[in-house]
Amino acid sequence: MSLLVKIQKQFSGFSLNVEFETEGGCMGILGASGCGKSMTLKCVAGILKPDKGRIVHNKKILFDSDLGINLPVRKRKVGYLFQNYALFPTMTVEENLKIAVFGKEKEKRTQVAEQILRFQLEGLRHHFPSQLSGGQQQRVALARMLLTRPDMILLDEPFSALDGYLKDSLQIAMLEQLREFSGEVLFVSHSRDEIFRFCDQMTVISGGKTVKTGETKEIFQNPQVAEAAKLTGCKNLSAMERISDYELFAKDWNIKLKTEKKIQKAIGYVGIRGHHLLPWDSPDGENIMRIQVSKTSDTPFHRQILFQNAEAESSKRIWWIQEKKSMKRTYLEYIPLYIKFPKEDIMLLS
Amino acid sequence: MAELLKTIDWSPMYLSLKTGILATVLTFFLGIGAASLIMRCNNTVKAILDGILTLPLVLPPTVAGFLLLLLFSLRRPFGSFLMDSMHLKMVQTWPGCVVAAFVISFPLMYRNARAAFEQVDPTMIYAGRTLGLTERTIFWKITVPIAAPGLASGTILSFARAIGEYGATTMLAGNIQGKTRTVSVAIASEVSAGNWDIAGFWVLVIVVLSFVIVLSLNIIAGKNKLCGSRWS
Repeated sequence: MSLLVKIQKQFSGFSLNVEFETEGGCMGILGASGCGKSMTLKCVAGILKPDKGRIVHNKKILFDSDLGINLPVRKRKVGYLFQNYALFPTMTVEENLKIAVFGKEKEKRTQVAEQILRFQLEGLRHHFPSQLSGGQQQRVALARMLLTRPDMILLDEPFSALDGYLKDSLQIAMLEQLREFSGEVLFVSHSRDEIFRFCDQMTVISGGKTVKTGETKEIFQNPQVAEAAKLTGCKNLSAMERISDYELFAKDWNIKLKTEKKIQKAIGYVGIRGHHLLPWDSPDGENIMRIQVSKTSDTPFHRQILFQNAEAESSKRIWWIQEKKSMKRTYLEYIPLYIKFPKEDIMLLS
Repeated sequence: MAELLKTIDWSPMYLSLKTGILATVLTFFLGIGAASLIMRCNNTVKAILDGILTLPLVLPPTVAGFLLLLLFSLRRPFGSFLMDSMHLKMVQTWPGCVVAAFVISFPLMYRNARAAFEQVDPTMIYAGRTLGLTERTIFWKITVPIAAPGLASGTILSFARAIGEYGATTMLAGNIQGKTRTVSVAIASEVSAGNWDIAGFWVLVIVVLSFVIVLSLNIIAGKNKLCGSRWS
């Protein structure tokens, strides 16, 4: 079980240069919209043809520009779940499933009937896609894709078209349905939560290029690259200058910070996640900043406070995210004078 | 009126319908074929081919007739080749009516089919490919059904155009009673012969027929709309 992707493709005004390798399991591809995630997926499926590179799956060469190999889509045995699910609008649910099965009429019928049971589509059998909800459409698309018995599954933003309430239960349902699948899964998403939930491995893409590949938890803990930090949800990034092995100056925030990890030569940025910052009462201690709050905003379970260094007026603003333990106003109105940057939470980024 | 109906020669009606139906059958398959071929071309080739295929729609039918006459004349290579190899003569014959009607109505079918194909979300085709379907299955089972309303209106329009063809038909097939005199040709010759009542009868037939065609077109187009009146 292995997949190697190493592709280049030139578009007008955009170039794709993606490289990653995975051995079984679910690989997440995280990136902002328009960064080339879906394009990468389309290249793997064979819908788009890269200019250069190699795509090898379990020793089967799907694409190799040097050898002149470009397997047609239908011979690649990939299951592709499209963002809009791509159900055929002129066919009922049953017909949509049936077209994906090959063989004798009787065999087709039993396979479709089984799949309808497995995905709880009994009542929807004769419905057209336009009569289904987003969640139901997704279920049909998933059922149809799995009927082709693919070697590899590609999921293109599978939850982006659904509303929040449905999302969580559908994600759990999909994890359940994909559990039996033993091949590779590539999961493209712009949502770090989804990637974190689904994937053991992940690749971060930014501006058409691979920025970082590795274990998901590892990358979230220690993104190493500024772009990866940003995409995994780190809101606070600053350019920095190295002072000594364990001390740096964050230029955008105008503050000297002590670090726990040794600062390597290649490090150019420092980052800290909004919820790692701590409120502080006095100027005493390590990595303390006197702050001036410029804005606060509330979401149901978090409170986001935007502040900046009180000593440097033009310094970049910093997000502090606080989990709401209670929604009482008194607690919300408390705003500290100082903020501590705990040195164990400081991320050093290249 | 009853007297008129008794004495009238119905052959133009049969000829028109026969010509219209056969030309529409040809135009249906060749129009879809041309449209699906164009969908595979790159932009430059597409622009040139599209120009050639649409030309009969914008040219005066007499120009098309002139060109057809040039092509099929027995004194010219292609015309004499058809005559020698297949005993097929287009000039002053009923097959000529069909050819003229086909050439004039073809662009309507082709353009409608192409517009209908362009409306089909390419994701549908990609989905078909990832499901392991052949291009043929994808075309007939996915693309054509999705494009069906556009194909239907293209077919009806070309039928209407084929049935009313006059200019190219008189040039190529002429005006031989019982052989190439279709309804629209008959109207012109009856008027020039001073038979206004017969001409008027055929006019009535054509007006009613055309209205029925347009009406059925609107019914097809209205079927897939969610809201009846948009602006009220």
